[in-house]
Amino acid sequence: MSDLKIGAYICKGCGLGERLDCDQLATVAQRDGKAQVVQQHDFLCSAEGVKLIQNDIDNEGVNRVVIGACSRRAKTEAFDFQGVNVSRCNLREGVIWVRPDEDDMRETTQEMAEDYIRMGCAEAKHSLIPASAQEKGTDNTVLVVGGGITGMTAALEAAKTGYPVVLVEKTGELGGYVGKMWKDVPMHAPYTDPVDTATAAMAAEIEANSLITVHLNSTISKTSGAPGRFAVDISTESGSTTTINIGAIIQASGATPYDASQLPELGYGKSKDVVDRVELEQLAIAANGGPIKRPSDGKEVKKVTFIQCAGQRSEKEGHLNYCSGDCCLTSIKQAMYFKDQNPDIETEILFDDLRTPGAPGEDFYRSGQDKMVTFRKAVVSEVVGGSNGPVVKFKDKILDEDVEEEADLVVLATGMVANSGVDIDEVPQNEPGEWEVSVDSILNLNYRQGKDLPHLKYGFNDSHFICFPYETRRTGIYTCGPVRRPMDTQQAIDDATGATLKAIQEIENAKVGRAAHPRSGDLSYPIFRKEGCTQCKRCTVECPFGAIDEDEKRFPVFNESRCRRCGTCMGACPVRVISFENYSCDTVGQQLKNVEIPEEWDEKPRILVLACENDAYPALDMGAQQGNHYSQWARIIPVRCLGSVNTIWITDALNSGYDGVILMGCQKGENYQCHFVKGSEMAAVRMSKVDQTLETLNLEKERVETYEVAITDIDRAPGLINDMAETIEKIGLSPFKF
Amino acid sequence: MSEVIATNQTILVVGGGISGMTAALEAAECGKQVILVEKNPSIGGRVSQLYKYFPKLCHPKCGLEINLKRIKANRNLRVMAMTEVSAISGDAGNYSVTLKTAPRYVNENCTSCGACGDAVEAEFDSEYNYGMNKRKGAYLPFNQAYPERYVLDPAIIGTDDAEKAKAACKYGAIDLDMGESESTITVGAIIWATGWKPYDAGKIQPYGYDRFQNVITSVEFERMLDPHGPTGGKILRPSDGKEAKDVAFIQCAGSRDKNHLAHCSRICCMASLKQTTYLREQYGDDGKGTVYYIDIRAIDRIDDFYQNVQKDPNISFVKSKVASITEDKETGNPVLHGVDTEGYHRYSNPHELVVLAIGMEPSVPAGDFPIEVVLNEEGFVELDEANGAFFAAGCSSDALDVNRAVQSATASALRAIQVVNKVAGAEG
Repeated sequence: MSDLKIGAYICKGCGLGERLDCDQLATVAQRDGKAQVVQQHDFLCSAEGVKLIQNDIDNEGVNRVVIGACSRRAKTEAFDFQGVNVSRCNLREGVIWVRPDEDDMRETTQEMAEDYIRMGCAEAKHSLIPASAQEKGTDNTVLVVGGGITGMTAALEAAKTGYPVVLVEKTGELGGYVGKMWKDVPMHAPYTDPVDTATAAMAAEIEANSLITVHLNSTISKTSGAPGRFAVDISTESGSTTTINIGAIIQASGATPYDASQLPELGYGKSKDVVDRVELEQLAIAANGGPIKRPSDGKEVKKVTFIQCAGQRSEKEGHLNYCSGDCCLTSIKQAMYFKDQNPDIETEILFDDLRTPGAPGEDFYRSGQDKMVTFRKAVVSEVVGGSNGPVVKFKDKILDEDVEEEADLVVLATGMVANSGVDIDEVPQNEPGEWEVSVDSILNLNYRQGKDLPHLKYGFNDSHFICFPYETRRTGIYTCGPVRRPMDTQQAIDDATGATLKAIQEIENAKVGRAAHPRSGDLSYPIFRKEGCTQCKRCTVECPFGAIDEDEKRFPVFNESRCRRCGTCMGACPVRVISFENYSCDTVGQQLKNVEIPEEWDEKPRILVLACENDAYPALDMGAQQGNHYSQWARIIPVRCLGSVNTIWITDALNSGYDGVILMGCQKGENYQCHFVKGSEMAAVRMSKVDQTLETLNLEKERVETYEVAITDIDRAPGLINDMAETIEKIGLSPFKF
Repeated sequence: MSEVIATNQTILVVGGGISGMTAALEAAECGKQVILVEKNPSIGGRVSQLYKYFPKLCHPKCGLEINLKRIKANRNLRVMAMTEVSAISGDAGNYSVTLKTAPRYVNENCTSCGACGDAVEAEFDSEYNYGMNKRKGAYLPFNQAYPERYVLDPAIIGTDDAEKAKAACKYGAIDLDMGESESTITVGAIIWATGWKPYDAGKIQPYGYDRFQNVITSVEFERMLDPHGPTGGKILRPSDGKEAKDVAFIQCAGSRDKNHLAHCSRICCMASLKQTTYLREQYGDDGKGTVYYIDIRAIDRIDDFYQNVQKDPNISFVKSKVASITEDKETGNPVLHGVDTEGYHRYSNPHELVVLAIGMEPSVPAGDFPIEVVLNEEGFVELDEANGAFFAAGCSSDALDVNRAVQSATASALRAIQVVNKVAGAEG
């Protein structure tokens, strides 16, 4: 670009002035880095120092700011200049803090600093200022899929925030599972008695709300587009289809009660007086506050036994391997249906662990005890027919004895199964240009990677993250309620409210072409150069967020507002036609190429470290803060994600005479910690192929290592660098120095 | 301190733990103006003191780093550390809030170079490590602290140490004349994310936390595992500094007990299960853990974590509320007495170390709220229309795990946005 103007600013504070020859750094910035403006300052992050830079931006036309000072993690706000690119050369945490302050080390320490200045200038020179995505979506409407309590909450909350809502429900009425209950667990203090369900009032509120349009007996037959510009086909049972423009989607497709007929050992299907928890609600509704009668002969129930964890928390075939979270509260509530009507009715709950957490949960449990509901720690073996009703056989764990007890009615506290659509790992998407609606799918996404959101575990559409539960793998589509994980009504309401915020946030992001979490606010986006593309499809397949589709000729089609800017596509591309304005094969490639590679006889190896900017890089910073030293041969480049590492960087580094390369990324596998889901995994796959490159170059395999590094590895991470330095000492310098 | 700009379209978030950070960020990333106040010198809250999270066994600092990065990048969000809310008046859409900021004695010039810390002599109990070791009188609260700025302990003000710190700083960052400052701001909505504190273990008299050195709390145990924590990442007995390989975990320590906290603190079961994995991590087959419990509440889809711990032959479970603890004087071992209710067996079991899975108590006692708020019996803030635009987020609303606290915080951010949107609408 013709108007590129680099300003390099060298700080002399925090010991940099004493430890480094800053005049020389300034010379390097000017001579090697081609910085047109170079300034030194004793205390660059001070108001005065910042002003000096701002002044050059305003009056000298500086639009690439290179700061030779502390880590990019420090003084971030001070050095946050709008409208320009800022490159940070980490001279403090990355150089003087990791090297001993000794005279004979001065030379190599200075070399490190000079290289970082060269690298910063190279990055500045080869980066463009992000202009935000071209593709901006302006649709404001929130689509809510599912008209149960979760979806109804989301619809009302979105409308209350001022956003129009389209609510799609597959059945003929709103209310869902909660709507079919006699009463619900209380959601306000005192947490003592069952309360009326909220669904009828909510349905009325929805009907009266002019911002909400409801489609009953309808499903989603196709979802295409991206946040801010989704096009959603809504089809009715009768076959008519309407296409609606949508900004963001909330998937509140809920859960289906577990099919109790899979539990014949507990008498279900054998005795009419063994019911599941849904049927008990129906019996209570039929009783309408009067005595609850059992199904077989209409006799008033005088003794009822609840069996907790029925078909749950069990590795048995056909059982659920998880706890459904709300069944303990539900059984206590249902036992109260009996006790509140007639305290003389015997109600017994057979449980393994009684799970009523928090203040509301424990209060409600205590209220059950106060109402004389009996709780018995027991393992039920079977339910058989008796002369007057079903007989429950169990071992009482407290009394340590086997018991057989007859009841008028047995209630199985069965669990919930997520309505999470098709498993995209099992069900392939139609080929580009072809389209078939899947009746099992919830969203019928036309995304190349599949029709629904990826399942996490046990069929739930949950996020893997603890700190960021709403981060699904499809930008602009948020799951909430029991489709995400088992939960009770109160949690579902909170969850729906949170998901609504995320949907609205994404609508606002899409309007300005801004990235969503974890690179919130990032305006860069992938730029694709079609000429050169070999249609290899790696980018489409590897994108962790399903952001890339394919046209009929198999060229990738980027959907910018689905993109999370991790750069996995850039790392995957063998012909390097994908880049971001401020992060590309060049911005990194030129950094590593601008490191001075000493001649072989200097015996000064160079180690390239590509470190995940969120975990490994901070670990090195914090190690430095702690006083951990590492090899003077290392040159560290933070990367957005290890998934963005293109193997060309490794090849370039080896070809230009680096002696070793280290990749530091996050833990992969089942408990992956990569915030871009698959980044470190993809990197590992690619790096396994680097071995062949090494072989062709006739280089030792040990010269390239990939490690999983956690943010807490503040001792280990520098140690890994030192290990590489030692390895190089053993195997010798690279023969590729020239 | 520069003037704080706030209007009735601003959202105030009180508390900078995971819930407060989340609420503040989510609102700010929707384009709203947010002020986040935190009474401690750094945000991060209790999660920053955890070694690992359940069920992934990942490190809380990873998510914290992302949140800090989001905070640093967001111009809609302003963080005020060492600041507390002393009074609130007004109604939804128009609150007047008085903020009190304690003196840090270190201004924005601080580069966190560490020279002041090196210069001072006096040491104090480290809050970050629950008093298990010492920190200097000039200190960075922890290595990821934000604002990344040192703080002087008020106790050194007026001593030689204060002058030494001042002399050591080349950037004029030490300001010994700093005093408490007060400001009153207008905001439209308040998100109350004041979190929780560990229940005072000394009050559980039969467990002898205040008498037996080898009875510690779960939060202290967590600090032991930090490689840079008070024990260098080793599980050491406070009495003799020996490695503890046989560790007992007592569930519901203070929770589910009308004499203490009536509620279930929700996280303690999963926390102890998580902590049993630390034993295997440290000792392999040589570690032994025993969990004394009433119910194991490994709720929802993470029950499989419990199932996996149960498969570990070195971890055993005893269904019992421990009646009392005595100490074996010779070995220093705490001895647990009680009845295993599965079959009613009396036991007196010695262990090398006892970890009390301590309950969560709301940080702010019921009488200390700056405005009248609807609370439940346990002191948690209810979601109630009478609270106006005062919304609880995270553990001020109930005992929650991180995942649920984040959900709650995100929900509260939306509720606050609804209020300020209404104000904006009314004002055109």
